[in-house]
Amino acid sequence: MLTGFFGGALIGLAATVYWLATGRTAGVSGIVDGALREREVRGQRLAFLAGLVAVGLLAAVVGSPAGASPYPTAVLVVAGVLVGFGTRLGGGCTSGHGVCGISRFSIASIVATLTFIAAGAVTVAIATRLFAAAAGS
Amino acid sequence: MSRKTIGTLVAGALFGAGLVVSGMTDPRNVIGFLDFSGHWNPRLVAVMAGAVVVYAGMLRLLGPIVRGIRPLPARNNRVDARLVAGAAIFGVGWGLSGYCPGPAIVSLGSGARGALAFVAAMIVGVVAGGALGRRRSGCETPVRSVREA
Repeated sequence: MLTGFFGGALIGLAATVYWLATGRTAGVSGIVDGALREREVRGQRLAFLAGLVAVGLLAAVVGSPAGASPYPTAVLVVAGVLVGFGTRLGGGCTSGHGVCGISRFSIASIVATLTFIAAGAVTVAIATRLFAAAAGS
Repeated sequence: MSRKTIGTLVAGALFGAGLVVSGMTDPRNVIGFLDFSGHWNPRLVAVMAGAVVVYAGMLRLLGPIVRGIRPLPARNNRVDARLVAGAAIFGVGWGLSGYCPGPAIVSLGSGARGALAFVAAMIVGVVAGGALGRRRSGCETPVRSVREA
């Protein structure tokens, strides 16, 4: 739990650096969108994403690779489309709404965060039963 | 490389380090948090708390100092069907993978199984969602200060 809080503090620091550098909110889904569509800021957005990828690579090299998702790849593809589409429709993900929006006491972000946690919880409740049934049959 | 680009690169690396240290790049920690009926994993709450305490504190501390150059991110209190529908669709995808955009991109760098497929599909979703027009995020900075770039 302590490493969770410490890691979270690093994320808060990252959001601060991003705001100081660009004046913008460090929402990862919005940064992906900006890298794809906003030519004048593409370099900055890609640099942020490169930082994420580089740390992942470094973690794997020093022997702390991320765990894989328990779901099969076909499910991950469907989930990926939903995550990309939903975050653009709703204007943010766990970082944009969850961290940055809540830090500003934004009502929209608090509603969005409660909504995606509730939808995620219902999905996990259904999915664990479905996959348990599939594994058992 | 411009100072802004170096700044966002550092921010990305710090963000990724935070996700790795906190265990959020492991989808099982996320699914465990969403699994209220099983062995609930509260780790994500600690991560969110750490991030919000530091970011909110820094905005409060630094906001007055950089006022004029860096206005505080605007607060958005508009709740509409689009916000709720988008968040709900995102939540379903989050629960079906254990990935949100940040951890998925870090896991891509780690070469985790399935991360590449997830990120590729996510980009398709972002393009499709982006085609519907832009919604202001929870706390977007006024457009004028963005253009001053």
